[in-house]
Amino acid sequence: MDELSRNDFLKLAGIAGTATAVGEGAPALLRPDAADAAPVKALLLQPQAFTYLTQPEQAFVEAAIDRLIPKDASSPSAKDAGVAYYIDQQLAGAWGTGARQYRQGPWQQGTPEQGYQLNMVPQQLYRIGIAQTNAHCRKTYGKTFDALSSVHQDEILHGLEGGKIALAEVPAKAFFDTLLGNTVEGFFADPLYGGNRNKAGWKAIGFPGVAAAYTGVIERHNIPYRVKPVGIADVEQGMDPDPDRAENDEHRRRVAMMHGNTRREG
Amino acid sequence: MTTRLKSVDVVTIGVGWTGGIVAAELTKAGYHVVGLERGENRNTDPDFEIPQIHDELAYAVRHKFMQDAAKDTYTFRNDVEQTALPIRYLSGFLPGTGLGGAGVHWNGQTWRFLPWDFETRSATVKRYGEEKLNGATSQDWGITYEELEPSFDKFDYAAGIAGKAGNIKGTIQPGGNAFEGPRSREYPNPPMKTSYAGLLFREAAKKLGYHPFPQPSANVTRPYTNPDGAKFGACVYCGYCERFGCEMFAKSSPQLAVIPVAMKTGNYELRTGCNVTKINLDSTGKRAVSVTYVDGLGREFEQPAEMIFLTSFILNNVRLLLVSGVGKPYDPASGEGVIGRNYTYQMNTGGTYFFNNKAFNSFMGAGAMGVAVDDFNGDNFDHRDVDFVGGAYLLVGSTGARPIQYHPVPPGTPSWGAEWKKQVVKYYDRAIGINASGGVQAYRGNYLDLDPTYRDAYGLPLLRITFDWGPNELNQSKFMAEILKKIGKAINADIVAVAPRTGHYNSTIYQSTHNIGGAIMGSDPENSAVNKYLQSWDVHNVFVLGASAFPQNSAYNPTAMLCALAYWNVDNVIKNYVKHPGPLV
Ligand SMILES: Cc1cc2nc3c(=O)[nH]c(=O)nc-3n(C[C@H](O)[C@H](O)[C@H](O)COP(=O)(O)OP(=O)(O)OC[C@H]3O[C@@H](n4cnc5c(N)ncnc54)[C@H](O)[C@@H]3O)c2cc1C
Repeated sequence: MDELSRNDFLKLAGIAGTATAVGEGAPALLRPDAADAAPVKALLLQPQAFTYLTQPEQAFVEAAIDRLIPKDASSPSAKDAGVAYYIDQQLAGAWGTGARQYRQGPWQQGTPEQGYQLNMVPQQLYRIGIAQTNAHCRKTYGKTFDALSSVHQDEILHGLEGGKIALAEVPAKAFFDTLLGNTVEGFFADPLYGGNRNKAGWKAIGFPGVAAAYTGVIERHNIPYRVKPVGIADVEQGMDPDPDRAENDEHRRRVAMMHGNTRREG
Repeated sequence: MTTRLKSVDVVTIGVGWTGGIVAAELTKAGYHVVGLERGENRNTDPDFEIPQIHDELAYAVRHKFMQDAAKDTYTFRNDVEQTALPIRYLSGFLPGTGLGGAGVHWNGQTWRFLPWDFETRSATVKRYGEEKLNGATSQDWGITYEELEPSFDKFDYAAGIAGKAGNIKGTIQPGGNAFEGPRSREYPNPPMKTSYAGLLFREAAKKLGYHPFPQPSANVTRPYTNPDGAKFGACVYCGYCERFGCEMFAKSSPQLAVIPVAMKTGNYELRTGCNVTKINLDSTGKRAVSVTYVDGLGREFEQPAEMIFLTSFILNNVRLLLVSGVGKPYDPASGEGVIGRNYTYQMNTGGTYFFNNKAFNSFMGAGAMGVAVDDFNGDNFDHRDVDFVGGAYLLVGSTGARPIQYHPVPPGTPSWGAEWKKQVVKYYDRAIGINASGGVQAYRGNYLDLDPTYRDAYGLPLLRITFDWGPNELNQSKFMAEILKKIGKAINADIVAVAPRTGHYNSTIYQSTHNIGGAIMGSDPENSAVNKYLQSWDVHNVFVLGASAFPQNSAYNPTAMLCALAYWNVDNVIKNYVKHPGPLV
């Protein structure tokens, strides 16, 4: 299940539709005792689609993040972990449209210590940054970024990062840093945001996720605590995240803990 | 049109730690208190509930609880020659908004300042001579640790602080901080557990002859009821403190410790979504009559009050004083004036120790869990051979390793690609972070005033911050970096990554929300904005609470200090001010 292709995803989305139709509402269906494993897992997978990025932009982002966090023995690449969808959703939402950004002028360039001073929200940074990077690629290699060899892709990414490539309407480094920052976010953020698919990022490093209560184990020094990670959706939907594994008891305890009411004295 | 409301005894502008303490104490004493808070009302249940609260992206990265820069931010420059520009994304420091203020998303590291901190200038001049200050405009506080001890004690017990005393009434206690000022009794709760990282640091520090101890913590270690009957749960070391709310009722916050106490009296009226834009003075300019605020519907109100407590976080405090004309604005050219004077911050020198074969389970932890060393703080060591004043406390904290923001890699690792990923996977759980949290001295050119160009959503000028490191800070960092390297050796790390801080202060990199000064306390109205009771020298019924009062910054985190000052202030208001309203000094 770790490396679902986009096609597999679309198929699963179809199954999910069926499962919803026969149930009495999702929460009941998702109780571990209410359905067998297959439809439950299928239901959890939301159909994914791009809403902000255009097709050429999708191709650029998928190609770029596949280089930024490539596939290795520890986990799939950022692309295969759904991070392009994460970036798309962030761009379409509050952050992409300038939430929490002070938007009043006058605008002028500042020092590095003064930080971001562009009259641009993240949507524009991506749109212009991608178009101009692709223009640079076409001029240099006759193809857009996504069609380049990985060696040339890396060369372009280094060029944006290190200032060797200048883009006309956007600082290349600001564009690159935002793209890299978002890629890392998407790889490690809760899967509910569209990336970190199947908790690939968390599994790679051994992060246990959100069901966290460690009073009894924190002083077990130098003994790795490794469990299958738990995401927000797992807990909200009342699922035992991993019914078949040896760590089962620990998980049950952690999830129970999160639902417990006995936290406060008296 | 402005609606004029009925007069009340007390208004607090903002309801975070200081506003909550004022509310609890004055309502208990029978006064009618109105708390005006610009943000939302929010409480453990349901606002800090799991699983949503354990969402690193929403809270830690997108700053769900913090001040919204789209509405209100600051302008910044390193020196007066530059044009200050707006901080368009707040990231270098993260003021709170909403009930509880930054007291909701803080860590809970809870320090009493050293007796030396209160006499930074006079003690330094006496022991080393004036030159040791390197041109700093640091001052004495006009109050001593001894005078404040009962107020520190009050805060420790109200907030349920967990720790081990190092000095009870002058007797050194094994296991605590031998350098601390004498306290009247033990902490109300036992210290936090020790992580593997903390354990290794403790052993290394001992080997080097230092004196490690558990960091005092507002992450409460057992079910606790404070003297006012407010209840707390026990911390479960979930690793989601800093930038998050606590689902366990265990991280002390205004919501837990003081606001319910005020509510219970029936004398407290909380109004959220109310942004104060001005303190209004009478025709003499010596007395405040009311505050003006705008509510969520955009309606403007004037709320008259006998006493006005400015409890809106240091930066907002200073701005409101400036827009309201309370006190004389500071002018760095002449060095005269008081509002905006002596703005300081925190100097952090960090290091990472990487190990090839250890497992730290770093994702477990609590905001204030850690082992600390105070041997290089304040004047705890001889400064004759060093070129700075003050110092730092060293900390190996175990605050939880949330992976978007925490994935250390050894120096020389590329910032992306296969090699980066390999190092992230290898070292995510094989590294220890150490920090030297250092004091910052005040200088003539570091100050706060109103920006001439940029405005907030209410049309008020933004506060302008002019700040850079001085010689004390950069020299201190060099010194601390050497100590961190020494510890790296003693702890047998495979890779020691430590670098001193150089260059200019950078407003984009998070370095604590320990903004300090600008309405400092003291014994002379010529060089301080408030007297030792936190009362404005100029407008006697305005009290300015928070870190704005610190003349310069200690190495420690500020909250226990500013909460102790809040208790001290209210006690004196109740005892001495209400009967004879007028200057207390
Ligand atoms: C991420 C983080 C971690 C921290 N960790 C620690 C730590 O471990 N130890 C420590 O000692 N300190 C820590 N701090 C600092 C600590 O949170 C503050 O020192 C403390 O909260 C300050 O209390 P205060 O009452 O001055 O301000 P706050 O608690 O911030 O309260 C001020 C309130 O005033 C409101 N307000 C502002 N302007 C207006 C207005 N015009 N009208 C109405 N209301 C207004 C705000 O919305 C806010 O609710 C941390 C801070 C942050 C951000």
